[in-house]
Amino acid sequence: MSYRLLSVDKEELVTSPCLKERNYLGLSDCSSVDSSTIPNVVGKSNLNFKATELRLGLPESQSPERETDFGLLSPRTPDEKLLFPLLPSKDNGSATTGHKNVVSGNKRGFADTWDEFSGVKGSVRPGGGINMMLSPKVKDVSKSIQEERSHAKGGLNNAPAAKAQVVGWPPIRSYRKNTMASSTSKNTDEVDGKPGLGVLFVKVSMDGAPYLRKVDLRTYTSYQQLSSALEKMFSCFTLGQCGLHGAHGRERMSEIKLKDLLHGSEFVLTYEDKDGDWMLVGDVPWEIFTETCQKLKIMKGSDSIGLAPGAVEKSKNKERV
Amino acid sequence: MGLRLPSKVLEHILSFIDSNEDRNSVSLVCKSWFETERKTRKRVFVGNCYAVSPAAVAKRFPEVRSLTLKGKPHFADYNLVPDGWGGYAWPWIEAMAAKCPSLEEIRLKRMVVTDECLEKIAASFKDFKVLVLTSCEGFSTDGIAAIAATCRNLRVLELRECIVEDLGGDWLSYFPETSTSLVSLDFSCLDSEVKISDLERLVSRSPNLKSLKLNPAVTLDGLVSLLRRAPQLTELGTGSFAAQLKPEAFSKLSEAFSNCKQLQSLSGLWDVLPEYLPALYSVCPGLTSLNLSYATVRMPDLVELLRRCSKLQKLWVMDLIEDKGLEAVASYCKELRELRVFPSAPDLDEANIPLTEQGLVFVSKGCRKLESVLYFCVQFTNAALLTIARKRPNLKCFRLCVIEPFAPDYKTNEPLDKGFKAIAEGCKDLRRLSVSGLLSDKAFKYIGKHAKKVRMLSIAFAGDSDLMLHHLLSGCESLKKLEIRDCPFGDTALLEHAAKLETMRSLWMSSCFVSFGACKLLSQKMPRLNVEVIDEHPPETRPESSPVERIYIYRTVAGPRMDTPEFVWTIHKNPEIGVSHLAIK
Repeated sequence: MSYRLLSVDKEELVTSPCLKERNYLGLSDCSSVDSSTIPNVVGKSNLNFKATELRLGLPESQSPERETDFGLLSPRTPDEKLLFPLLPSKDNGSATTGHKNVVSGNKRGFADTWDEFSGVKGSVRPGGGINMMLSPKVKDVSKSIQEERSHAKGGLNNAPAAKAQVVGWPPIRSYRKNTMASSTSKNTDEVDGKPGLGVLFVKVSMDGAPYLRKVDLRTYTSYQQLSSALEKMFSCFTLGQCGLHGAHGRERMSEIKLKDLLHGSEFVLTYEDKDGDWMLVGDVPWEIFTETCQKLKIMKGSDSIGLAPGAVEKSKNKERV
Repeated sequence: MGLRLPSKVLEHILSFIDSNEDRNSVSLVCKSWFETERKTRKRVFVGNCYAVSPAAVAKRFPEVRSLTLKGKPHFADYNLVPDGWGGYAWPWIEAMAAKCPSLEEIRLKRMVVTDECLEKIAASFKDFKVLVLTSCEGFSTDGIAAIAATCRNLRVLELRECIVEDLGGDWLSYFPETSTSLVSLDFSCLDSEVKISDLERLVSRSPNLKSLKLNPAVTLDGLVSLLRRAPQLTELGTGSFAAQLKPEAFSKLSEAFSNCKQLQSLSGLWDVLPEYLPALYSVCPGLTSLNLSYATVRMPDLVELLRRCSKLQKLWVMDLIEDKGLEAVASYCKELRELRVFPSAPDLDEANIPLTEQGLVFVSKGCRKLESVLYFCVQFTNAALLTIARKRPNLKCFRLCVIEPFAPDYKTNEPLDKGFKAIAEGCKDLRRLSVSGLLSDKAFKYIGKHAKKVRMLSIAFAGDSDLMLHHLLSGCESLKKLEIRDCPFGDTALLEHAAKLETMRSLWMSSCFVSFGACKLLSQKMPRLNVEVIDEHPPETRPESSPVERIYIYRTVAGPRMDTPEFVWTIHKNPEIGVSHLAIK
């Protein structure tokens, strides 16, 4: 999408922008300063706008087409639904090229994307990328959704069948989402006609991390996905332990992931089951795991030595003796 | 220039001036006024913890008694700010502990607070009275225990929607038997069960306790027992209401509530079964604030409750209330000032609730004092917005979230431009505005022109071009906080109105078309702005024209911060140094 500047009204909107002098810092502004400790707003007269004339020094004269993915890169948030592109699956015409159409609720489709991502570690923005994008062709999206609308029957629920999930939308605090999630999973029977939200949040803690996180187990369908997600989430804590600093550090940081540490058996992923026992993750089929897992913990390898499935039996026997 | 007030006289005069805005003006008059003001200021508010250094604040206001700080940008509430971004309370606690030992009150919002911070607070401020943490994270119940154990004169301890590492309910037993000063306790966001006997004893020996907000682990029996010991409560957050209904339980509950003759505010009500709601009827006539936003109860039960709440000023509820329920609210709750309607099923596929724009129209027509609205709805119409604006020109806060992005007026298929124009034009006192639905650049022309008092503006999935930002930044005279996501504007308007940014607290943009080159330029040319690029990939590895994921720009006198994580890039003011990433682990 190329955006263009529409010249409207009396505003002198020029296409080659320069910093125009505008008096925003009238004295009256001082009283509306929120931060009580900005002492001298009077310095406005020092801002010589003419001297700070800016010219955009971009290589192309118009805004570039977005070729690479952008935006909506899922931040490391535990309880946010993973991203899906904001395009209905039916509509092919205006879809961006090279764009994987993923339908909301079709977690398997997204799983493919995740696998693709974890396969291309370390490279900056691979071509197909993480396919999580709000299409830059915003207008096309809105057009296509409107087309869907006019085709669909009236009524409240006439939005396209393929609904997209977007990070942080609708804007509801995660505290509220988590609370609703845990309460619905408790009483799906008791509340009439209200479908379960189908989320399953468990806490994830990690030795040495300052605080714990939550993940929704229902957004994953395999251990592989869970492990990738946790990697992302907790890598900021492990990087400190790598002892990497400085400008060098940054590139290397993105390459060394928790996975490597896991493989180096520095950290192990464990979970607490319904009986309160701590087990190693990965031994039972995924479905059974999601049903029995109460909590997750990333333990230091040394602490988890006693937690091989065999050892769990042993400790149970010990208690009986 | 001859008149010079003795400083004692000036001090006395200033003691009548409470508002920080006024005090800021006072401090600019002359040096001696500045000095007198700073020495007498008791309450300090810092809206962006990175706008000024903790040391500077501590030094300037040695007599401060109450400190309020805000950390992360507002969109952090919706997970748009990656974890680890910043907002650490520690440097502030440290600075205050060193210079302002008389500090009594700390209120933090969206900040990272560690157990260490809490222990330091407990150890450093001998007369500490008030701790309110809203949407904070990073600490455990151990830190809370330290506060409970050490702060002998603690009056207020409120944890509002915090993410706390819950190590168990022991923290409550750390309140010493001698502590009797508690006025407000809110532990609703904690998971673990506390020992009910400890809580009963604490409540019994706190005659000044006015506000008590329990966590879901407190049972109905527990609630009854606590209410019996604290009939003087004015604010109550219940525990879980999900216990099995026994006849005696119900009558005990009913009786306990009817003895609370001063109850004005009620919240909690998680998992409330509709059969329990009649137990609340006795307190309804006195309620001014009711939070039913976690109560999964159907419309008829809600109406039965709400029709008894004739004094209600603040209502938070879910869309289960439906249009019909809101119609009832409009006729029974004539004192209503604030309405928030949350979605019960945020996923669009499950949106099947008969709540439409009509519900809000009912309330706008029926409740003359309505001034604050937060409304989630699947679709909306211009006509509804026009009616709302016409009926309620006294609106101060209007936040409409049309859940479907780019949703036009579903009756006419037009953008919602006209509707929001009416809101901006009609509601002259509007301070806060959130827009949604299909909006063209025109909508922002109207908003820029008419929304003269709007201080905070939130925008998502809107606009066509750079004009949108241009309209906003060249208008909106009072704009202080602007947050935008997924809108198709780019560099031009941002650079053109760079100076405006220094008049604002902050600007957040995510998933827009702003290029790294523009960020660099902006940062280099505007010395008192911090321009933070929040991007997983190093911006230098891409062409300067390529867009960045997120940008957070804020004015500051503290210079670039030293605690950025690896995904936050601050462009150094000296172009030769280029992009720097100063991280202190």
